[in-house]
Amino acid sequence: MIEPVELPTKIGIGPLLGPGQNLASVSDKISGVVLNRKTTLGWIAGLFVSFMLMQGLLLGAGVLFLKGVGVWGINIPIGWGFAIVNFVWWIGIGHAGTLISAILLLLNQSWRNSINRFAEAMTMFAVACAGMFPVLHMGRPWLAYWLFPYPNTMNIWPQFRSPLVWDVFAVSTYATISLVFWYVGLIPDLATLRDKATKRFHQVTFGALALGWRGSAMHWVRYEQASLLLAGLATPLVVSVHTIVSFDFAVSIVPGWHTTIFPPYFVAGAIYSGFAMVLTLMIPVRQFYGLKDLITVRHLNNMAKVTLATGLVVAYGYMMELFFSFYSASTYEGFMMHNRMFGPYGGFYWALITCNIVTPQFLWSKRVRTNVPILFVISLIVNVGMWLERFVIVVTSLHRDFLPSSWGMYYPTVWDFAVFFGTIGLFLTLIFLFIRVLPMISIFEIRMLLPAQRVKEPVK
Amino acid sequence: MSEQNENLNLISIRARLDNARGKNYWRTLDELAGTEGFQDFLHREFPRQASEWEDVEGRRNFLKLMGASLALGGLSACTKQPTEVIMPYVNAPEALVPGKPLFYATAFTLSGVAAGVLVESHMGRPTKIEGNPEHPASLGATDVMTQASVLNLYDPDRSQTLNFLGEIRSYSSFLAVFKEALAAQLPKAGAGIRILTETITSPSLASQMKDLMTALPSVKWVQYEPLGGHSTRAGSKLAFGSYANTIYHFDQADVILSVDSDFLGSSPASVRYARDFSDKRRVRGSQTSMNRLYAVETTPTNTGAKADHRFAMPPSQVATFVRSLAAQLGAGGDVPPTGRETQTRWIGALVKDLQAHSGASLVIAGEGQTPEVHALVHAINSTLGNVGKTVTFTDPIEANPVDQIESLRDLVHDLDAGAVELLVILGGNPVFNAPADFYLKDKLAKAKLRVRLGLYEDETSDLCQWHIPEAHALESWGDARSYDGTVTIMQPLIAPLYQGRSMNDFLNAFTETPEKSGYDTIRDYWTKQKPGVDFEQWWKHSVHDGMVADSALPSKTLAAKAPAAVPTDNGTGGLEISFHADPYIYDGRFANNGWLQELPRPMSRLTWDNAALISPATAQKLEVETEDRVELKLGGHSVWAAVLVQPGQPDNSVAVHLGFGRTRSGRAGNGAGFDAFRLRTSYAPTFATGLSFRKLNEKFPLALTQHHSLMEGRAIVRSAPISEYIREPEFAQKMSEAPPKGLTIYPESFTYTGYKWGMAIDQTACIGCNACAIACQAENNIAVVGKEQVIHGREMHWIRVDRYYEGSADNPAVHFQPVPCMHCENAPCEVVCPVAATVHDQDGLNSMVYNRCVGTRYCSNNCPYKVRRFNFLLFTDWETESVKLQKNPDVTVRSRGVMEKCTYCIQRINYAKIAAEKDDRKVRDGEIVTACEAVCPTHAITFGDENDPNSRVRKLKDEKLNYGLLADLNTRPRTTYLASLRNPNPEIEAS
Repeated sequence: MIEPVELPTKIGIGPLLGPGQNLASVSDKISGVVLNRKTTLGWIAGLFVSFMLMQGLLLGAGVLFLKGVGVWGINIPIGWGFAIVNFVWWIGIGHAGTLISAILLLLNQSWRNSINRFAEAMTMFAVACAGMFPVLHMGRPWLAYWLFPYPNTMNIWPQFRSPLVWDVFAVSTYATISLVFWYVGLIPDLATLRDKATKRFHQVTFGALALGWRGSAMHWVRYEQASLLLAGLATPLVVSVHTIVSFDFAVSIVPGWHTTIFPPYFVAGAIYSGFAMVLTLMIPVRQFYGLKDLITVRHLNNMAKVTLATGLVVAYGYMMELFFSFYSASTYEGFMMHNRMFGPYGGFYWALITCNIVTPQFLWSKRVRTNVPILFVISLIVNVGMWLERFVIVVTSLHRDFLPSSWGMYYPTVWDFAVFFGTIGLFLTLIFLFIRVLPMISIFEIRMLLPAQRVKEPVK
Repeated sequence: MSEQNENLNLISIRARLDNARGKNYWRTLDELAGTEGFQDFLHREFPRQASEWEDVEGRRNFLKLMGASLALGGLSACTKQPTEVIMPYVNAPEALVPGKPLFYATAFTLSGVAAGVLVESHMGRPTKIEGNPEHPASLGATDVMTQASVLNLYDPDRSQTLNFLGEIRSYSSFLAVFKEALAAQLPKAGAGIRILTETITSPSLASQMKDLMTALPSVKWVQYEPLGGHSTRAGSKLAFGSYANTIYHFDQADVILSVDSDFLGSSPASVRYARDFSDKRRVRGSQTSMNRLYAVETTPTNTGAKADHRFAMPPSQVATFVRSLAAQLGAGGDVPPTGRETQTRWIGALVKDLQAHSGASLVIAGEGQTPEVHALVHAINSTLGNVGKTVTFTDPIEANPVDQIESLRDLVHDLDAGAVELLVILGGNPVFNAPADFYLKDKLAKAKLRVRLGLYEDETSDLCQWHIPEAHALESWGDARSYDGTVTIMQPLIAPLYQGRSMNDFLNAFTETPEKSGYDTIRDYWTKQKPGVDFEQWWKHSVHDGMVADSALPSKTLAAKAPAAVPTDNGTGGLEISFHADPYIYDGRFANNGWLQELPRPMSRLTWDNAALISPATAQKLEVETEDRVELKLGGHSVWAAVLVQPGQPDNSVAVHLGFGRTRSGRAGNGAGFDAFRLRTSYAPTFATGLSFRKLNEKFPLALTQHHSLMEGRAIVRSAPISEYIREPEFAQKMSEAPPKGLTIYPESFTYTGYKWGMAIDQTACIGCNACAIACQAENNIAVVGKEQVIHGREMHWIRVDRYYEGSADNPAVHFQPVPCMHCENAPCEVVCPVAATVHDQDGLNSMVYNRCVGTRYCSNNCPYKVRRFNFLLFTDWETESVKLQKNPDVTVRSRGVMEKCTYCIQRINYAKIAAEKDDRKVRDGEIVTACEAVCPTHAITFGDENDPNSRVRKLKDEKLNYGLLADLNTRPRTTYLASLRNPNPEIEAS
């Protein structure tokens, strides 16, 4: 049972909701974005730009399927390039949504109510972007289904020792749970939209999507049980998915990949980049849609704190990598670290240290955490830094491994960039469509935060 | 439709056809085709057919007729074809079993010199060339060019038609014109005729030429080829007074001095010499004697890389060095005025070593040096008592040895004088490769009638009126001598693909029987040579064996005298340039061979281009770096080139390789590299001083396959002087940790009870020639990817020869390491493949299942040896018909998106296993020979069953020199290496 809580007025920095909100205003404000608000020019322009960016993906994938992965900059020895970098980056971004919706739910962190819907949507879209890359990067993508264990006449199964097979399970489970969780959470709000809709089309559409929700007590009981169960299911995924993604590297013998620190370090990195991405998206949205009363500075402050905390874990990971390469007494490990810092890709390493370790240190300051523009810039820098981190891990480890005769360089091509920016376009397109057609903030969960919802119980 | 055709409408034709059945049917159409009216009818675009569709009967016949006319369309478009009976193998030829290759002995010639080969033929298609174990120049191995020559056979850019000024003509129409031209020459005994050939050793061709010159005594036979051993030939004349052929016996030599001679890489007998040389330095167990090689070099070569002491010097200083060596050995000559201090320090030790091994030493001079140096070297060998022991002489193997540059100069003079009325150019490519100061390109047109027989329509054909396609060596009969004079009668493996003619065929055009075949010509010649023997028997025997028994030329005793004066130059002329044969495309004749273009040069690892090789110090002085574009100017001629900084290159000297910069070689060779022939003059054919060098502010990308040449302190190639091996035989194994059993989390219970395939690679023997890489390419249908893809790092070679440097950049020690798949018992690639496309078999092979591969490339990432190759794009040529014929039918042709790698030639393994199983026995040692092992001139690669206690590979793996590459990763590689040993002179080492 989720306890409706008393609206705190003076906890931390500012309230969770702006002053003067009541049950009706919350419903109106959020559902109004979908139902009443006119499609603004800004939205159309934003969608257009995102949609055009997405064409890069279509074009890039078209050329890729036509010619082969050789249109990218990969080679021997660098068999993985942007595709895997992007895959890990997107998957990582998705993690914040799951953390916010599942773990914070279980931990009764009611401040999450304003942001969980949006974060979950972000997770879905990020996983959609991520999920494309393993297929795109294959030499023969039309055979991607061979990675699934399905009974077949050849009587052959996937090779279960390979982390790539684990990946298939991890990512597909993750995508499924995320979708279900997100949709289940939407149902009460879809019913609200149905009830508030005045146009027939809206009524029918939202009515169908609401799956017959009437808001009866029994419904609410079932709902609460389902969300708790799904939260329970999703919680281990927050840890497991990126752990398994990190196994893609850790299980190999490549210096720079073969590291036991990878699972926790990857999970922390994922949440780090995920929260940064939530900030990156929420700050403009609350600005443009006048939702500052619902997504307050306190939310931003909390998210900045999580970002700082996970950022510190990531920093610890970097230090451990450095230490292990020294402590392993392995020439290959030692060389790898030296090459990572001072080799041809050294600039990327130092850039990632700046982005991921130096920049978040500003978040120690309350003034920075509550300064929205600076927070926005920091969140962008962290996003870039986390992309660089994956680039450094994938490319600098591969490009100089055991035999110096085989060392090489990786230079991304225009098609690498087309596909990368194309997925950003896809992601933003989906975000734009989402904020237009679905309630981007959970109406009923916000209403629980209102004083009117307060259920007073005698203190024992 | 006009009235006169009325009688030829479909109705009338149908009427005639209706009465014809079976064979008559066709005959009637034939007859119809003969009539002019019918031809006209067929040529009309739309015959009157509309009415035919109205009636059922008529429509059927119309379709029948249309079908027939399609066939007739072909018939009426061509000249009459000779009747040639083709037949399916209802009764298969004897010995032909579908799926089983046959091997035929023949020879590969380069600059006229033959090396015996066996050609593998699959159902009439030659696919792969192997060495002929019986042949003295091969002993079972071949060089790189021989391996790749099979690709030239199927080159789609080869000349396919007989052309007159670009128009297709028939051979008979050519013969008519030619006969007329000959008739005009008859009265003056052929005084206006010049025949330009390359070096000819073929006895039958020589006899044809002799007959021709008897019939037309004033004909001049011009011989020229750019890299035809000019200095060697002239040097022998200078030393002995007449031309002689020198044979070196490296199997008898304990101390060898190479004076700018790459005898391991680019001598006509390299394959044999490399075998003899490496057999003398094979250290096994307690057998610890090694020969010692000193090399003086003007640019890094394989020979210098294998030398125990290598001295790099600019080409102009070599003569000085040889003079002081000769003087100190007492071989005549005087001590030159100056000698560099570093030289004098080790020259004393060298002299002592040579003298201590009198009769068992060997000094060999290279083509890059002047005839005087060659003569002086002959005198040194003589003084050292080597003649008759390590050095022997025979008559020249060429049919008619001449000073080729002078020979061509005469032709140019005659052209200038307008004395040439009929110029016949047989093979070669003089317009491209003649000395720059001859301006042959501008002068060729002064000959009235120019006829060219050539494999390609190249730069020379471009300037000749008539071009006649030449038959490839695998398409024609021929004969040729090898380095010791042994004759091989070359048999064709396939009928000419493009109606090419051999030189033997073509020379008959000068005779009364112009269409006499080369086969008849050669047989007639040899019938005359072998009176009193059962000729059929002799012929069969000689052709079958791939050589004529006892045809090696007998040794001669010749006394060498030191030349009166050896001109020396101490490099006062500024920057020097030296010209070298490209190790693969030679003088440019193989420029269109994709395999050779893409094979990394042994020292520079450069593909698809040549470059101006400059030492690191000189590059610093001239402020250039690799890939800088520069202008090279020598005596009024200039070319642009890309710089490649080459460690080991002598300072102040630029080395360039010839044969690149072709403009009419075909799609692979056009535009690759720059044309160094444009700087090469008749008076300085091997090196020159006074090169001017100007940096252009541009970059030119070079496709290198290896970018890093230092081992970074890792025990990759393990090497030591022989003294250390004697002190500590296990030095190599102690250079890394051996992981204990049980380190992996996966069960290790599998024991290999049957076969246990393994490979041992002897790094002392490996001379880095890359023959293994090209043999593998030919055997395993490996694709060529092109320059751009090589720059991207996507070359496909399954076995590569890594080259590492050690020591100073000025003169580093060089290590070669051939790297095929290691077939690790704990293969890191296998555990990470998500679809089990790479798996282990019960004999320990790491197998690649192409049709299961989805292309994640994870296996390659996890392969510490990086031997896996990926089809990033559709690299295999699935379009060109002729290239398909080369493919080995026993090996899958890979498509896009699939990983591939060395299989230990699994097709050969299975072939032997099936044969053994049929006989109910185990595969014998040596029955399976991988392609790389077979081709290796020095037996550096050995493959076999490790479970067989008597196998060669087992014995090598029990050697104390044996170690596993990166075995500390617990991969347990099946391919292991024998550490490299050297035999340095302690006296020089100490100084």
